Amino acid sequence: MPTQLFDVRLRQTQTLAIMDLSGQVSRESDEALNRAYDDAIDGGAERVLLNFSQVDYINSTGIAVIVGLLARARADGRPLAVCGLTSHYRTIFEITRLADFMQVFPDEESALANAGEPVG
Amino acid sequence: MVTEATQRPLVPTPPEIDIAPNDPLLAYFQSAVGAVDIDSLAIDSPALEALRTNGVRLVVPLVSQGELIGLLNLGPRLSEQEYSSDDQRLLNNLAAQAAPAVRVAQLVQEQQAEARERERIQQELRVAQLIQQQFLPKELPTLPGWQLSAHYQPARAVGGDFYDVFELPDGKVGIVAGDVTDKGVPAALVMASTRSLLRADAPRLVSPSKVLARVNDLLLPSIPARMFVTCVYAVLDPITGSMRYANAGHNLPYLRTDDGVEELHATGMPLGLMPDMTYEEHETTLLPGQSLLLYSDGLIEAHNALGEMFGFPRLKELMRRPLSSHDLIDFLMTDLDRFTGPTVEQEDDITLVALHWSARQPINLTQPMGELGAESADQAEPHILADFTIRSEPGNERIVMDKVTESIAALNLAKDVVDRLKTAVSEATMNAIEHGNKNRPDLPVEVRVVIRESKLSVEITDQGEDNEVHAKEAPDLDLKLAGLQSPRGWGLFLIKNMVDEMHQSRDETGHTLELIVYLKGLSDANPAV
Repeated sequence: MPTQLFDVRLRQTQTLAIMDLSGQVSRESDEALNRAYDDAIDGGAERVLLNFSQVDYINSTGIAVIVGLLARARADGRPLAVCGLTSHYRTIFEITRLADFMQVFPDEESALANAGEPVG
Repeated sequence: MVTEATQRPLVPTPPEIDIAPNDPLLAYFQSAVGAVDIDSLAIDSPALEALRTNGVRLVVPLVSQGELIGLLNLGPRLSEQEYSSDDQRLLNNLAAQAAPAVRVAQLVQEQQAEARERERIQQELRVAQLIQQQFLPKELPTLPGWQLSAHYQPARAVGGDFYDVFELPDGKVGIVAGDVTDKGVPAALVMASTRSLLRADAPRLVSPSKVLARVNDLLLPSIPARMFVTCVYAVLDPITGSMRYANAGHNLPYLRTDDGVEELHATGMPLGLMPDMTYEEHETTLLPGQSLLLYSDGLIEAHNALGEMFGFPRLKELMRRPLSSHDLIDFLMTDLDRFTGPTVEQEDDITLVALHWSARQPINLTQPMGELGAESADQAEPHILADFTIRSEPGNERIVMDKVTESIAALNLAKDVVDRLKTAVSEATMNAIEHGNKNRPDLPVEVRVVIRESKLSVEITDQGEDNEVHAKEAPDLDLKLAGLQSPRGWGLFLIKNMVDEMHQSRDETGHTLELIVYLKGLSDANPAV
């Protein structure tokens, strides 16, 4: 298997941080994702948008990583939103009830259109 | 007066004198100080007239804590003399002591009456519950290939919910859910007779609309005024999935299909309101994988602490989950608990009847499945689509996922079905690698993809001694986010939600997790190859 299966890149516009995830989200994503979140906070982010449009696979350990990040973001009062999920993973976000705690947008454009609103 | 006194017996029976609450005499007595000479009063009062007519001379008001609680009525003295001021003083003293004593006696009496009333209400509650329980089915018929579940949760005051499922001639099944307006024993009795009438007429008349019309006519003469019954009645043929139904003003049943949740409309007035009613009758055909839900107002009209109602849209949305009948009811009741919160008392009975066609019996596999049709219609022979092993290395679950996907490509299954199976296969393989084979690369995980009858089955076998997959605790996101549960533990939960059935077995070759997807009912996405 290739070694670099997951990547995250951070884009920051004022108080909104967008994390572009790519590849597969699993337990291996934990460190990189939390590091990106640290960087986002250092950059003054008040809200975080996780962009899944380049993600092709999420497994149960990936769900656990997202739960962990969400718990962290909630603890320090930063709303977390997601966009770009395929309909399958959107269903999984609903079944696991992650969608109850994070606003889910079809794509980045609609997420940004809602950026004035409090997300999460 | 002399003659009157001599005619009277020594201990006369005190006359009953009713005093209207608005009689001005009461106000006078309330504020009077001591004994009142009736003859000297000049008040326009019917009660005063009545007292005089009954020979009362002197009235001593019994006042306790400023409240008039009784009157001491005295006729003429036996000595035929007027009452002296000593007499009056004696009477006033007596009244002052008697008043609080009488008040205490009154309070005790009131409390006893209240206790009796409470006991009566409790008793009535028990009777209503007893009737209700007596007339709800003890067990539901078993229908091969179908899952049938019911849930009845009475409110404290016991409403008039009922449901019933019974077998009919020709292997058909009658399904009823209803609700009697009103509560308590009267509602329970009407519920009992409605249920009996339905059971009596259903086998003979068969047609749901005719059955409802007949029950309406029979119920009408005996049902108390202002009480009526809403009721939906469906007749299902479990072999073909064909279902006829009629509705007497009850909530519209929900049918979950691959395209979403639809309401089954059929109009008709509630039972017991008017004579000679007719009821619309419709027919629909259920497909394997679909679910039907009958439900009472108790669910829809449940309120949370903010006064918001549970409502139809929420239920309809929840119904979209592809769940077995038992899981659907569990899921709905859990959601209801979450919605109402712990402090809100249940207002009305809640009844749910759920039906889920889990698998068509192998007698009727009519549609060919692409090139596999000929063999699989033969049913007995399983058709093996893939059989391979992988090493127990992290990440290999994706190889299994891709190979399984490849092997079922010819089935042309809908993308969402394939996506769900992929997630289930990946999770099951991860479990086999990590927990079964403890990440020892040399231990194989065997994967078989098989079609049996109309089910697609993926079997994933590891070499583990003890790899029974069981959820130690169901993942609960609230707990996880609050740090009260590990963020992990989603694997089994995902698998169960992604496939129609999941089984575990163990033999000398190892531990096997079997994932099953129903192919029938998915055939729309399966153009003949």
